[in-house]
Amino acid sequence: MNIDQREFAEFLQGIRFFYGYDFSDYSESSLKRRIAHYMNIRSIKSLPQLGRNLMKDEAFFEEFIQELSVTVTEMFRDPGFYKILRDKVMRRLSTYPFIKIWIAGCATGEEVYSIAILLSEENLLSRSVIYATDINQRSLITARDGIYSLDKMKSYTANYQKAGGKHSFSEYYKAKYGSVLFDKKLKQNIVFSPHNLAADTSFNEFQLIVCRNVLIYFNAMLQNRVINLFYESLCAFGFLGLGNKESLLFSDKIKFFKTIDRKEKIFIKNE
Amino acid sequence: MNDVNDESLEYECIVIGASAGGMNALSAILRALPDYFPLPLIIVQHRSRDYPDLLEKVLQHKSRLTVNQAEEKVKIEKGFVYIAPPDYHLMIERNRTFSLSMDEPVNYSRPSIDVLFESASEVYGKSLMGIILSGANRDGAAGMLTIHQNGGFTLAQDPKEAEYPYMPEASIQLGTVRHVMKLKEIENFLIKLS
Repeated sequence: MNIDQREFAEFLQGIRFFYGYDFSDYSESSLKRRIAHYMNIRSIKSLPQLGRNLMKDEAFFEEFIQELSVTVTEMFRDPGFYKILRDKVMRRLSTYPFIKIWIAGCATGEEVYSIAILLSEENLLSRSVIYATDINQRSLITARDGIYSLDKMKSYTANYQKAGGKHSFSEYYKAKYGSVLFDKKLKQNIVFSPHNLAADTSFNEFQLIVCRNVLIYFNAMLQNRVINLFYESLCAFGFLGLGNKESLLFSDKIKFFKTIDRKEKIFIKNE
Repeated sequence: MNDVNDESLEYECIVIGASAGGMNALSAILRALPDYFPLPLIIVQHRSRDYPDLLEKVLQHKSRLTVNQAEEKVKIEKGFVYIAPPDYHLMIERNRTFSLSMDEPVNYSRPSIDVLFESASEVYGKSLMGIILSGANRDGAAGMLTIHQNGGFTLAQDPKEAEYPYMPEASIQLGTVRHVMKLKEIENFLIKLS
């Protein structure tokens, strides 16, 4: 389905004006595809029609926004990333008496539990706090619950092992009725909270910020805004981990970061 | 096809979709193209994420054009062959740059041919050429339909010749394919564009 450019611009303007959500600096192609998909499953014929429905029904808008901003991820996705975190970053973090980590765009929480497991195996979890944020409140509920589908565990276990896992992965969850519940001890120091990278500001100072496969959905300008936000939110010599296909290329702060691992996109703030 | 040279002026970009059995077909096509080939080629070949850049290396070895993995926000230019990275969807923005997405697989595939073709068609419209090669699933058929509906050029590898005929057949059955060609004919057809 082709979306008319003028209708698209008016649509985005409408939801920004009515509800304060600004998607104008998101990558257009992904956004259009998701909107078209949503219209398709809801049998909505035209974009102006969708716009009108959203303006008159706030509950419908909430539902739409959750659908639109949902992202998918997995535990220990890109095992190499976690291996570098373990080998190069955790040792540096262990020199701090108190460790603060921000996982921005945590989606349904799979990466949050992966990092909690990593911290636990390096004996750092008890003196760490993980702030896990996402724009999508429904995803955050899933993240907080820590319940995932059992049939994913086979591939997650393989990822965990490739990432240098030290235990048997099944020690971290209990399986029941096709689902698994992750160990409550893992989330005792996790704070789940809504945060919109496109609009909200810095809220703390961190030694590690992880934001993976979120920037790919933003245009260069919004990427720059977010990298600046991370820069302000990192302590001196704090670490930043991005997704495999993401970079600092579109940020004016690139010169203030040094590369720790080029392939896994791990950087250190270098004042 | 006496209008081929006229057509070449109309086209801005070629997208190619391939799955099982696509490697040999892609290799043959890339081997045939000269280094002055005037259109960018953007390829989705279904691939395993366990080999992050093997496909690019293998295809570069066959081609006089520069073969790159498509990176987000990179400007699409002639003289280049761009390959969709494993485990991401590849899309095209109106300013002729790439976007990546980690949205759910489509047709069990990420990258998905449909996702690339549909987004390319939205941007390039009738100046897009879509080519579907060997494969064992339906990915690409919906994308070819979109290209066709938007007035673009559609071409499928002859299923009789393809290592896995199902994918080109799926497009042909939808009635959206303007030309069905054997590999050798596809090569000659593309060479005439240059």
